Amino acid sequence: MNKISDDISKDLQDQPKFSEDIGSKNQDHHSFDVGEQTFIKKIQHFLHGNPTMVPIIILILSVISFGFIAGGKFFSAFNLSLIVQQVTIVGILAAAQTLIILTAGIDLSVAAMMVLASVFMGKLSVEMGVPTLPAILVGMIVGVATGAINGLLVTRLRLPPFIVTLGTWNIFFALVIFFTGSQSIRSSDIEINAPLLHFWGERINLGGFVFTYGAFLMIFMFVVLWLVLNKTAWGRHVYAIGDDKEAAELSGIRTDRMLVSVYAVAGLVIGIGAWVSIGRVGSVSPTSFYEGNLDSITAVVIGGTSLFGGRGTILGALFGALIVGVFSSGLSIAGLDVLWQRFALGCLIIIAVGIDQWIRKVSN
Amino acid sequence: MKKISLLLASLLAVAFTFATLPAKAGSHAIEACLITKTDINPFFVKMKEGAEKRANELGVKLSFFAGKIDGDHETQVRAVETCIASGAKGILIAASDTKAIVPVLKNAQDNGLLVIALDTPLEPITAADSTFATDNFEAGRLGGAWVAAKLGADAANAKIAMLDLNESQPSVGVLRDQGFLTGFGIDTVDVSRWGDETDPRIICNEVTNGNEEGGRTAMEKCLQKDSGINVIYTINEPAAVGAYEALKAAGKDDGSVLIASVDGGCPGVADVQRGIIGATSQQYPLLMASLGVEAIKAWAENGTKPENSPGLQFFNTGVNLVTDDAASGVPSISVKEGMDRCWG
Repeated sequence: MNKISDDISKDLQDQPKFSEDIGSKNQDHHSFDVGEQTFIKKIQHFLHGNPTMVPIIILILSVISFGFIAGGKFFSAFNLSLIVQQVTIVGILAAAQTLIILTAGIDLSVAAMMVLASVFMGKLSVEMGVPTLPAILVGMIVGVATGAINGLLVTRLRLPPFIVTLGTWNIFFALVIFFTGSQSIRSSDIEINAPLLHFWGERINLGGFVFTYGAFLMIFMFVVLWLVLNKTAWGRHVYAIGDDKEAAELSGIRTDRMLVSVYAVAGLVIGIGAWVSIGRVGSVSPTSFYEGNLDSITAVVIGGTSLFGGRGTILGALFGALIVGVFSSGLSIAGLDVLWQRFALGCLIIIAVGIDQWIRKVSN
Repeated sequence: MKKISLLLASLLAVAFTFATLPAKAGSHAIEACLITKTDINPFFVKMKEGAEKRANELGVKLSFFAGKIDGDHETQVRAVETCIASGAKGILIAASDTKAIVPVLKNAQDNGLLVIALDTPLEPITAADSTFATDNFEAGRLGGAWVAAKLGADAANAKIAMLDLNESQPSVGVLRDQGFLTGFGIDTVDVSRWGDETDPRIICNEVTNGNEEGGRTAMEKCLQKDSGINVIYTINEPAAVGAYEALKAAGKDDGSVLIASVDGGCPGVADVQRGIIGATSQQYPLLMASLGVEAIKAWAENGTKPENSPGLQFFNTGVNLVTDDAASGVPSISVKEGMDRCWG
């Protein structure tokens, strides 16, 4: 009798223990057959999992390259921080643009919205004697309102965002010219009547690096938006809508409301950018940032966010903007004709989109 | 139903007849078109205002068109075509592409319209019936000569930043830039484009789009190439203001850097007064516009064409260097006079 039970218990011991073995040996039957991974494939996999690394790597490589090509004048603490100053406004516009592009939309009117908001801020406080802080608030409200207008036109009229914002770009821009007669509100008048408008242009020297308060604000806004997009339900809904609007609708997300809120939030970001832009430019200039609309899209694309929506990180736009600034500065210091800055920009866009397409194709 | 349809049809016919009548029955307002390079450059905004004012005084009905950016030739072509079709008697045009627009304007002339070139002469200049222009080359030259005279012997070691308009090098940008260099005494190599010069005194050619933001970024880049820049040529006053902001940020707004500009709008002249701009070449867009409108009225009523300035192929509306820091050998007017004559 004991021998039989011994045999049975020995047999039982020899049987593979189901729960243990699942944890140890048999994982491979539910993974992709990747075969032998070449170095390139390993990179592709890594980038697929961490798409923000693409613009970071391009940024680091380009800073180092221009350091060699253009020398110490480029690679100094002062110049590197100057580049951050130079891309601050486009960076903020790119942050707003990312929100909209994540929903599979696009906004061609971001710079026009920003200039319009800054015109309100300037005209109210400098020319009409309104206290500065309320004037700034009005400007931000103008930003939110113009954003909401875009959102409502997209959701109510069911028009593609490209078309809507193409129209509103022209409308907002025409309003800017109408309100200002194309004349700037000069820096010295602002200094006398509403110096708070210049606040974000104040500079601070940190061991050779000279940053504006605006540059810090830009980085802060990117961090806040990253947290919102990744840690809140609202943020997840933004990605969901961009990924598949119908599926989002079916899963209970009120897509129209969400979309309007996205455009409105983008408008708020732009309104803040308007205040920062006065610090950067010095004056309220109706003709400045004329190419800001396309510049913001460029930064977003180079940063790796797909124009098809639902994919991409907001920090990518920051790195995209920095890359553009690095190339612009580096090529200039290297002494190349100014048209090569534009040429390089075009190449960067195509390379960025090409890399993005490549890292999507991870599985054979 | 049939009666109602008949009634509606006849009402429509009557309305249509009335609508087309004014052209024949003669409301007699002379129609003209003003086509500028852009509608955002304050220079052209003022030109439009001047034209509008004169047109209202003379009873001329003016239609306005503008390109989207300096260099936008296509929009101007469509504007000319629209103008011909609308029965206008004349076209006032500040051409973006002074060569390509010529055949289009010839077509207008063949249709009986008077063609007046404003601000920038066409190529050839005789393609227009008359030209009320400013000499952009002279405007640049005055600035360059002023800077050179101010520097004296130091002109030989000057470090110059050239802040231009945009990469496609529209004629106004080329003329002012090359004029400045000529006035300063630097070989322009090919006077039909900027950027090809070899003189080591030129530190950089950067583009500004003619606005403050562009001026600031361009100047920052130039200062990075050489922080010892002591001369700045700027395409217009907004760009100069932006460049000054960059100087301020670099702690160089102590008067050691000479800034020359062009345009002569009231804000610009005020900046000369404030010491932001050293000297600016003042042009007179309001005068150009009102002379142009008068010419079209004369053409429509009497068939007469305007006369050119003696010895010139165009009517020179003039350019004056505005500065309170006159240099010997370079004619200039005071800031006070500049303010009296400024536009905007």
